[in-house]
Amino acid sequence: MMASSYSAKDEDGHITVSGPGGGTLRNKKPENTAFKQQRLPAWQPILTAGTVLPAFFIIGLIFIPIGIGLYVTSNNIKEFEIDYTGDDTSSPCYNCAKNFSWNNTKSCTCTIPFQLDQPYESNVFMYYGLSNFYQNHRRYVKSRDDSQLNGNIDSLKVGASSPMASRKKKKPSKECEPYASIDNKPIAPCGAIANSMFNDTLKLFYNDPNGTSVPIPLTSTGIAWWTDKHVKFRNPVGTNSNLTAVFQGTVKPVNWHRPVYELDTDPENNGFINEDFIVWMRTAALPTFRKLYRIIQKKNNMAPTLPRGNYTLVVDYNYPVRSFEGRKRMILSTISWMGGKNPFLGIAYITVGSVCFFLGVVLLVIHHKYGNRNNSANISN
Amino acid sequence: DSGKEESTWRKWNCYEEDAGMAKAPPAARQRKKKPKENKTRTVHANILHDCAKGDENPNRHYANNKIKTTKYTVLSFLPKNLFEQFHRFANVYFVFIALLNFVPVVNAFQPELALAPVVFILSVTAIKDLWEDYRRHRSDKEINHMDCLVYSRAERRYVEKYWKEVRVGDFIRLRCNEILPADVLLLSSSDPDRLCHIETATLDGETNLKQRQVRKGKSAQTFDPLKYNSIIECEKPNNDLNRFRGYIIHRSGRRDALYKENLLLRGCTIRNTEEAVGIVIYAGHETKAMLNNNGPRYKRSKLERQMNVDVFWCVIILLVMCLFAAVGHGLWMFQYGDNRPVFDVLSPEGTNLSPIMSAIYLFLTMIIVFQVLIPISLFVSIEIVKICQVYFIHQDMDLYDEETDSHLQCRALNITEDLGQMQYIFSDKTGTLTENKMVFRRCTVAGVEYSHDANARRLAMYQEMDSEEEETSCPSTRPSAAPWWVLITALQSSSCILYPNKPPSVLQEKDITPDPKLLDKVNDCSSQMDFMRFHSQPMSQLPSDLSDIIDFFIALTICNTVVVSSPNQPRHKVTLTCSGQKHQFGQTSGCSSLLSSPSAESTLTKLHEEQPSGGLEQAFSPIPPSYDGKTSWNLDEGELRYEAESPDEAALVYAARAYKCSLVGRLPDQVIVELPHLGKLSFELLHTLGFDSTRKRMSVVVRHPLTDQITVYTKGADSVIMDLIKPPDTGRKTLKKIVCRTQHYLNLYAADGLRTLCIAKKILSKEEYACWLQRHLAAETAIQGREELLFESALQLETNLHLLGATGIEDRLQDGVPETIASLRKAGLQIWVLTGDKQETAVNIAYACKLLDPEEELLTLNADSQEACALLLEESLHYIQAKFLCSPSGPTTKSFNTNFSPFDIYSSSSPSSQSTPFLVHRLGLVIDGRTLAYALDKSLEDKFLAVARSCRSVLCCRSTPLQKSMVVKLVRNKLKVMTLAIGDGANDVSMIQVADVGVGISGQEGMQAVMASDFALPRFRYLQKLLLVHGHWCYSRLANMILYFFYKNAMFVALIFWYQFYCGFSGSAMIDQWYLIFFNLMFSAFPQLITGTLDKDVSAETLQQLPQLYVNGQNSEEYKPYMFWMNMIDAFYQSLVCFFIPYFAYADSDVDLFTWGTPITTLALFTILLHLGTETKTWVRNLIINIALFFTVALCYNASCPACYSPSNPYWTMQRLLQEPLFYLLCFITPIAALLPRYTVFSLWMSENTSLFFKYL
Repeated sequence: MMASSYSAKDEDGHITVSGPGGGTLRNKKPENTAFKQQRLPAWQPILTAGTVLPAFFIIGLIFIPIGIGLYVTSNNIKEFEIDYTGDDTSSPCYNCAKNFSWNNTKSCTCTIPFQLDQPYESNVFMYYGLSNFYQNHRRYVKSRDDSQLNGNIDSLKVGASSPMASRKKKKPSKECEPYASIDNKPIAPCGAIANSMFNDTLKLFYNDPNGTSVPIPLTSTGIAWWTDKHVKFRNPVGTNSNLTAVFQGTVKPVNWHRPVYELDTDPENNGFINEDFIVWMRTAALPTFRKLYRIIQKKNNMAPTLPRGNYTLVVDYNYPVRSFEGRKRMILSTISWMGGKNPFLGIAYITVGSVCFFLGVVLLVIHHKYGNRNNSANISN
Repeated sequence: DSGKEESTWRKWNCYEEDAGMAKAPPAARQRKKKPKENKTRTVHANILHDCAKGDENPNRHYANNKIKTTKYTVLSFLPKNLFEQFHRFANVYFVFIALLNFVPVVNAFQPELALAPVVFILSVTAIKDLWEDYRRHRSDKEINHMDCLVYSRAERRYVEKYWKEVRVGDFIRLRCNEILPADVLLLSSSDPDRLCHIETATLDGETNLKQRQVRKGKSAQTFDPLKYNSIIECEKPNNDLNRFRGYIIHRSGRRDALYKENLLLRGCTIRNTEEAVGIVIYAGHETKAMLNNNGPRYKRSKLERQMNVDVFWCVIILLVMCLFAAVGHGLWMFQYGDNRPVFDVLSPEGTNLSPIMSAIYLFLTMIIVFQVLIPISLFVSIEIVKICQVYFIHQDMDLYDEETDSHLQCRALNITEDLGQMQYIFSDKTGTLTENKMVFRRCTVAGVEYSHDANARRLAMYQEMDSEEEETSCPSTRPSAAPWWVLITALQSSSCILYPNKPPSVLQEKDITPDPKLLDKVNDCSSQMDFMRFHSQPMSQLPSDLSDIIDFFIALTICNTVVVSSPNQPRHKVTLTCSGQKHQFGQTSGCSSLLSSPSAESTLTKLHEEQPSGGLEQAFSPIPPSYDGKTSWNLDEGELRYEAESPDEAALVYAARAYKCSLVGRLPDQVIVELPHLGKLSFELLHTLGFDSTRKRMSVVVRHPLTDQITVYTKGADSVIMDLIKPPDTGRKTLKKIVCRTQHYLNLYAADGLRTLCIAKKILSKEEYACWLQRHLAAETAIQGREELLFESALQLETNLHLLGATGIEDRLQDGVPETIASLRKAGLQIWVLTGDKQETAVNIAYACKLLDPEEELLTLNADSQEACALLLEESLHYIQAKFLCSPSGPTTKSFNTNFSPFDIYSSSSPSSQSTPFLVHRLGLVIDGRTLAYALDKSLEDKFLAVARSCRSVLCCRSTPLQKSMVVKLVRNKLKVMTLAIGDGANDVSMIQVADVGVGISGQEGMQAVMASDFALPRFRYLQKLLLVHGHWCYSRLANMILYFFYKNAMFVALIFWYQFYCGFSGSAMIDQWYLIFFNLMFSAFPQLITGTLDKDVSAETLQQLPQLYVNGQNSEEYKPYMFWMNMIDAFYQSLVCFFIPYFAYADSDVDLFTWGTPITTLALFTILLHLGTETKTWVRNLIINIALFFTVALCYNASCPACYSPSNPYWTMQRLLQEPLFYLLCFITPIAALLPRYTVFSLWMSENTSLFFKYL
């Protein structure tokens, strides 16, 4: 574009008004500026063996300690995992898993005993994990209506009541199709994600050595992102504050057993702002994933949150996964500053650091040899 | 003539009636009607038809003079622009993909969003077009509103009108220095000889004045528009500047033919003529100037051709990836059988798709998702970068020539990078290597050589002076060198602009120190003639050698087309009235002072009063410049300036003037020459047979005023003239001797590198002349085949000539030519010189400019026949093989290896095509035009090439323009190399057009070469910086940029591809669709543009000091086919790292899709930018700026709306990520791990390369 100032004449073939003789008056000499003469100051690192080689060593020296640190941190995290899918005949949930489908309305309960070898000191996070569940499928990911979840009352109504109203967007987004409405009644919450919400109930009991089974208190709030709970997800605000009334005229998703306004008894954790629901709505990135289910708060400083011993997991088995060879797990884990247990990053740092260091050595040797040869060549010339 | 009176009367009546209708016709004119399908155009004077209704004006069908070069109007802009943009295949592709998004089953992105990049690209281009169009509009407006004088019948005088109001058939009055608004047929001129001078610099760049004349047939003394009633019939508008045919049909029915000499073209400037009146023939877009306006040239560069191959590969990769994903999806679906999992959502209609159908749909979806792989912004980016590059080349101070105030012009905007890949340079000699400023050096008259030693000494002195001046390089303060009148005219030029002065060239051409011997002889001879004339003795009694001398100078003076102008009063031609009519000669004894009897024909037209005192300037101008009186007194004839079409003509005229034999005036039918003792003589000019490249000579036929004989003076190339000399056996014995001696001296001149010309004459008897004249006139008036007939007629005349002498003219080498050639050669460029000059001259110039080395052997190929040529080529091939190939340890080769390592490097490191067995030897090849013709034959061209390519330098002499282009074409096509042709004259045009890059030298020989070229340089030596620095930069920048674009897109797309393995090949993307779509446009495009424009891998100084670095571009080392694949592999590796490190780091965690995708995007961006960092040799801060930009955009975007941007809905994602240590840890390790291999290879290369680099130093 800049070029056109001078190409103008050539392009257009116009006659310059000043005439050719004008050259004596007009000076076409380019300006002597750093920009136009391409002499802009620029940092040009002189890449020689002298500057390239140390970079390898420095990276190596930084990465290896970081990696060791990360590895140790990850190893200190305690994690316990139990698979309760029940496709194994020996599994306590085998009976529940067998022949279970979405159509079952009566839930099946199974109890799984397990043992913790180590005490869990700090807050323990309880996850449910699913495998082979493609929450990241393209059509699945799209199948939601954020506006509806944000409390937009219009997304909960059925359009076409009046021509004026139908012009506005007054029903669940078409992205929710085919889970948008049933019999012309909107589904709340609409879409395939909501429809397939995880609905197993997990309970933990500590089997006291004296034989009694003590239920472990599970906190069901604080498991979703703060911004999700308070900004993104909102219950529709109708004329009255009763959720049942607000969701009047909507139907529950096909696979749900209860309508959305009966998810919890706590009004702060009910409807769209139910945290289990919010957590589920954050579609997982990979087909094997876990989602935070409950938090086991540390009660006092003296006793560990979960002491060593025997526990029982009681599952209300509602969620069928066998049809797609999925697996269900329950995970108990403590957490560090860098998240859950994952030794990978530490190993990665150590590996990259070592490779760098090794390459540095190799290059140094090569350079040393080559440099010598080069010097001798110079002398001979 | 009663009819005329009547019509006048009628017109006036009309005027009375229609006074109020004056404004009607323009409106009517606008009406578009189909012009009559005639082969000719008939122009009536508007004056007759003003009164008629607009519809009846016979000129109404012709275009008016309003020009509109804009492409669009306000309304048509959008549709038309879009239509044009969709002609580009890439745009159609992107629109197709965007539209595919609107198909519900397929859609991958939000359809509206998917349109965004296409709309962006289209609108950027549209805005660019709009802006250019607006600029055109403004300049159109400016031009349309220029003033000119148009005759208005209403006011009975010339009134000022805008150019756009001029229409065909209008009478226009033109004053000195005005620009012509349209193509005008000259009807009257204030010039007594009814001439009008125009300067055509804006059309062809030639600054010499050209004469145009009023049609001879019409003899009205004062032109009165009201009385004009002829009709003009002429050709339809066409773009041939040198052709115009037509008739004036007078009332009486008489037809007068019109030629191009009668037409003034739009855009030219009236010079030296006080006033001219004409009728508009072609207006506006139908003018020849506008029809010739072709706009910029578009070529496709080598790099782009390479790139397109790789774009094609990208398409293949894209399809393979899509196919893979589609098959994968089909299988994934298939494994679930009829049992649909809960996450496999039904289509919106609730139907269940079969695996095969969904695979097919997925294929389309994947094309959309992976569309980034075909670099959408690459085409736009390349264009922008090239424009910036052109801008910087244009701004380079080193390519600016102060003397001519001109700088490099890039006429082709899109082949800048080709400059960095040249392998062969084909250069013209004259005007390219040399200055084309001709200086008369020596001459031979009648077999006697006059060496002009003093002249040579003085020239040498000038040369020194010049070089000193160049060191100080301050030409504006050159008072000592510039003649005083130059300064004066420069001062005066503020009011009335003159044609550009060329002080240095004028100095060189006109200051000739005569050879004393010859000067004596001239004086002697002319005094004798004077005496004889006084005593009425026949001139034939003069001794033949003396008469030869005087004839020699007369020939030099008149046998040309030089126009005389007076420097102190340059606006007006010297109008000389001296016209020594032959019949008056006897009575008016001595024409010593100004002869005041003008030719009978033009007496009456001369309005001026003659000045008996012998002043040359006529008080003709009604606006006498104030300085006129002061300066004209101290002028003698010596201060006349000569405007010549070719510089050697002027040099000869100046030379003759040094011998007091000066040309003082030239009129269409006579030439006035002032001779010592004889005074001013007027030669009646009967015919001028112009120069053409086939005849290689020109002739004038004059009636000699002293002898009253019809004399033919011929001047031409020695090779042709020598063949036309009358066979010596019929003449005297001495004649044979003279011819022999002259030939001898000619050879000597050529050996000195001088341009030689032979001068000959022929005296025609009255009968001979009459006989020839008859045929010639027939030829002249012939309508068909006129040119051929004239050519034959000229051939008939130019026979049996009498040799007068020969001249040697020096053409100085341009500054810095040897150095430039040396360094271009070091850069591995093969330089061939193709010249029309004779062999000896060419060889000498070649030695002078170090093209040939005295130490190297010269192979000279001169053959008379095809067989001889074949034999010669065969022999030379054997010779070369015997000498150089079979004895690799021979002494020659050894010395070559040690002393000329650059060539060694070049030849060994150029694997380009089959050139491996052909090493470049220390050999020079000289071939002449005739042999070249044989060698270019199909059967011999391979052998010729084999010989030529093994020689270090090739020199083709005596080659015609066609041969030049054939040589270029041959080398280009057969050797598959990049060729550059450089030249300055019209004879180089074909060669310039054939070559990959054509360079024109905007020098002395007009602008034809420049018009045809891609780049125009003021001087040859600028080629060095243009190629070695700018060429290298442009090439390396663009090559790197293109590779980087491929890499970047492949890397980004591959991330999504890997993800398909984890999302059931469902076409899902973890990268937010906004990032995905705008990634190319925003985050990664800008730094690339900046480095593409400003990156410098090596500094300009180093590039010039080490021309060897140019080899890099010649061998396309920055962009080789394998590099594309290397980059692709690297891209895939890097994307694997960028994908799997986050994958494992977040494996089996509660991360959600886009919280996981955002770090991947970030990492990919980091990696891509760091990659650019290693590629970029000069780090500009833009990388950091870009990362900042990304985070700013991401943070704003993620905070903007909690419920929008479905499906990613990225509210607060980035903010949350920034709180996590894991994110930073990933950012730290991933780019390093990704770039590790590249960096390792790079540092290995570095340690090797630096040592190579130092070896050169």
